[in-house]
Amino acid sequence: MNDQIDHHISPIRTYIIVFMALMVFTGITVWVAFQDLGYLNTFVAVTIAVIKATIVAWYFMHLKSSAKITRVVALAGVIWLIVMFALTMSDYAARSWIPFPDPW
Amino acid sequence: MSNSHSPHLHHHFHSLEQQRQASSLGMWVFIAQEIMFFGGLFCGYVVYRNMYPEAFAVASHQLSIGWGGFNTVVLIFSSLTVALAVRSAQLGKKNQIIGWLVATILLGVIFLGVKCIEYSAKWEHHLVPGIHFNYEPHYTDDALHESTGSEHGTDHHPAPAVYPGHVQIFFAFYFAMTGMHALHMIIGIGLMIWIIWLATKDRFAPEYYAPVELFGLYWHFVDVIWIFLFPLLYLIGRHVT
Repeated sequence: MNDQIDHHISPIRTYIIVFMALMVFTGITVWVAFQDLGYLNTFVAVTIAVIKATIVAWYFMHLKSSAKITRVVALAGVIWLIVMFALTMSDYAARSWIPFPDPW
Repeated sequence: MSNSHSPHLHHHFHSLEQQRQASSLGMWVFIAQEIMFFGGLFCGYVVYRNMYPEAFAVASHQLSIGWGGFNTVVLIFSSLTVALAVRSAQLGKKNQIIGWLVATILLGVIFLGVKCIEYSAKWEHHLVPGIHFNYEPHYTDDALHESTGSEHGTDHHPAPAVYPGHVQIFFAFYFAMTGMHALHMIIGIGLMIWIIWLATKDRFAPEYYAPVELFGLYWHFVDVIWIFLFPLLYLIGRHVT
């Protein structure tokens, strides 16, 4: 095992920069909400949120210096979330494909 | 580096490093199930927002971007103070751990205070789901046209742009999601008080600070949830009006 892996202590500067980046992305997400991008508005909003979440997880939550197994578990949480969304949404999206038989 | 005789090392671990990785792995497993827990709420939100996009946009306009944005800044700032508390723990600086955690508690209380202001405003405007829910639909030609989404809307009777029941669904999600998020913050503030107490008892050292580190993970996770809640609840369809 790598004994140095968790002894890495980030400098305060790193945390300040991460904080500033999160502030900038917050500003962008508010600004972009008022721009008419059609159906892309929600997509852009969620993309920015995913970027912000990744920054928080990587630097604040120390995934940057975590063991590989920890990163795998973090990723697994996201993958199961995607599975839940994919199965739920495929159901709702496909419901109209097959016409309901007339019950009477 | 030999950790074998450290008083902080539990006997079933090889080294402090292994002990640290195990505790952090356990916390991430908990966070993974928290992702699924909030994920269920987000999933329901997506289903109903796809069903009633106009109602969700109109309902979202009832929320204050000012308060929501302010709280976003407060919460991200509190993530910074927690990160600095964990850093102080890594360096073994007890007073700094306490100082940064007190700052985090204050920021958490400010967040919850703003939430109280927002909730009471919703209560006064009868926007809390239940028997007192009352949303006056707007009857406008433009909105009618948009809501029917068709060219042959001219021979229709005037219909509300959105139905109050659909607006109520949005607020059900709003209160469930922000309420569950706020509950996590209240628990987090309780945990911080406990960790401050441990710090005053000199329980932490550079080689053992697991409660601080794991609490940090929890608080950052709560921050991440808000990072998604803010645009999805407060910022829907803002470009329309």
